[in-house]
Amino acid sequence: MSQTRAAERPAAVAAPEPGGLPPDPAPPRAPGRLRRRSAVVPWRVALRRDWVLYAMAILPLLFLAVFRYVPMLGNVIAFRRFRPGSSIFGDEWVGFRYVEMFIADPNFWQVFANTAILGGLTLLFTFPLPIVLALLLNEIRVRAFKRTVQSISYLPHFLSIVIVAGMVMQLLSLQGTANQIIEWLGGEPIAFLQRAEWFRVIYVGSEVWQTVGWGTILYLAALTTIDASLYEAARIDGANRLRQTWHVTLPGIRPTMVTLLILNIGTFLNVGFEKVLLLYNPLTYSTADVISTYLYRVGLVANNFSYAAAIGLFQAVIGLVMVLSANLISRRVVGASLW
Amino acid sequence: MVNEIGATLRAPARTGRPVGARDSRAYTVFTSVNTIGLIAFCGLMLYPFVTVLAQSFSSAGAVKAGLVNIWPVGFNTDTYAAVISNSMFWQNYRNTVVYTVVGTAIAMVLTTTFAYVLSKQHLRGRTVLIGIAIFTMFFNGGLVPNYVLISSLGLKNTMWAVVLPGALSVFNLLVMKSFFENMPRELEEAAQIDGLGWGGIFTRIVLPLSKAVIATMILFYSVAMWNDWFNAFLYLDKKELFPVTLFLRNLIAGASTTATEGAAATGGNSDAIAANIQAVTMILTMIPILCVYPFVQRYFVSGVMLGSVKG
Repeated sequence: MSQTRAAERPAAVAAPEPGGLPPDPAPPRAPGRLRRRSAVVPWRVALRRDWVLYAMAILPLLFLAVFRYVPMLGNVIAFRRFRPGSSIFGDEWVGFRYVEMFIADPNFWQVFANTAILGGLTLLFTFPLPIVLALLLNEIRVRAFKRTVQSISYLPHFLSIVIVAGMVMQLLSLQGTANQIIEWLGGEPIAFLQRAEWFRVIYVGSEVWQTVGWGTILYLAALTTIDASLYEAARIDGANRLRQTWHVTLPGIRPTMVTLLILNIGTFLNVGFEKVLLLYNPLTYSTADVISTYLYRVGLVANNFSYAAAIGLFQAVIGLVMVLSANLISRRVVGASLW
Repeated sequence: MVNEIGATLRAPARTGRPVGARDSRAYTVFTSVNTIGLIAFCGLMLYPFVTVLAQSFSSAGAVKAGLVNIWPVGFNTDTYAAVISNSMFWQNYRNTVVYTVVGTAIAMVLTTTFAYVLSKQHLRGRTVLIGIAIFTMFFNGGLVPNYVLISSLGLKNTMWAVVLPGALSVFNLLVMKSFFENMPRELEEAAQIDGLGWGGIFTRIVLPLSKAVIATMILFYSVAMWNDWFNAFLYLDKKELFPVTLFLRNLIAGASTTATEGAAATGGNSDAIAANIQAVTMILTMIPILCVYPFVQRYFVSGVMLGSVKG
């Protein structure tokens, strides 16, 4: 058994199966091999036959090269001295100078901790809540009501982040609803956005408001695909609705859960940069300042391009490593992966 | 997930939780609690919209006194008149429309052509091309190199700095690619036999048959472009080039700095007026989105599902 497993694994890597299903080693191999054999035509023939297709790809490839890959390479300025106005790849090598600089920078570790806390809290709330909402919606039988709830809950997803920030500010202003309630209860009004201890609550709360509805889509889709005979079998075995949910529904949406968890973990350091930028101010920096806002101020406001690029590169590499390792772990442990 | 969705297509009646004939009493109680809970949830989701709408029609004094929550107090439309007569607001609103149209057009050309190429399974080098696109989803250049690039291309303070960076979404590309892959191959083969080349097949056969997916993509891109503020914030310094989202951002940022700098020192009712104006600007900025939302919502939902199958 262990031997066949070992033989299967490279096959699964070579023929990736997208979509978060456990790698299914036997079937993909055969068509893959067939396709490969028939597809090998000399480049000369391929170019003559399909030159129109290749020509159609030129413009998009040029776009990707200029606006995606050149900035990627532009990260070398993390290791080179850069002067605005001169080459975008910098002037001369300075080695790990800027990396050492941010490692020795206490501000950097402060914003790193803020980012991890904010990202962790966001993940803690925005990952499970859509599952709960989807399960509750799944119990609704009046279709029109279900659809209405869904439509309303998707709405915030379509708004510009500027509008979301504006709404947050209005609700939490001294005249806003939150303070109206506090005063009605006999409390003193709080300037929420000027208080560092409130920032995380505000950020995570507004994040939940924006994403909880939209996050249910994939779960609701997965819920409709669960084989009905499983529920019948569970009922015959004497399981009530709660036990059916636990033993049939949740295992049924597990691949979706794992896939989305991987995606969330991989992007967890990319805390909503734009929203923080819109909502924070110098009074709340101690909890609100995250890596991306810090490097924005250091790099683009104070013009330390190389230093900020070093921080940005560090963040991007950590993100990539995290998504790859989360994927690897989930493939080993639960047999579901992104690729 | 591929197989799961395939399974629904084959046998839709046999999946999902069956509707039980007899429910336990506990479950009946649960259903009522659940229904009430979800109604309350909808209220919470809608509350921010309602309160902004109420503020936009309220008098400045009522807003400042903290009297407005779900219903306008001191109903008036003067704030709307004031914002609408602001020429900078209109100029920025027009800019948003222009950026959205131009950006969406560019994005559609890039996305449809590239998706079509990538959907051709016989094409040599196809996997490499797909890899080039997908890699950009997991690793991107980052803020500073992008800024340096846009500056050195001389795009700062031009429309192109706003419309070009977002012109190809790999997610949308993959959705479109999977749509093209699922087109019946016989149509294209027939056209080929009739002597059409790839270009003719694409423009005369494939595109006319893809109106639905093209419409969906146009909506995806235009909503994203309409809502964008950050590229404009980074690359534009001239007020007359701003999109309306940046106009709004400066309005709320201005209001919050006044509040930060002198919560005690605010003499007049300046920030209360700002709250009114903010509310009106927010309403006017989201109206186009809210108007198309009921019609486009399901396309977005199906886009997410397609993306998850192939993504």
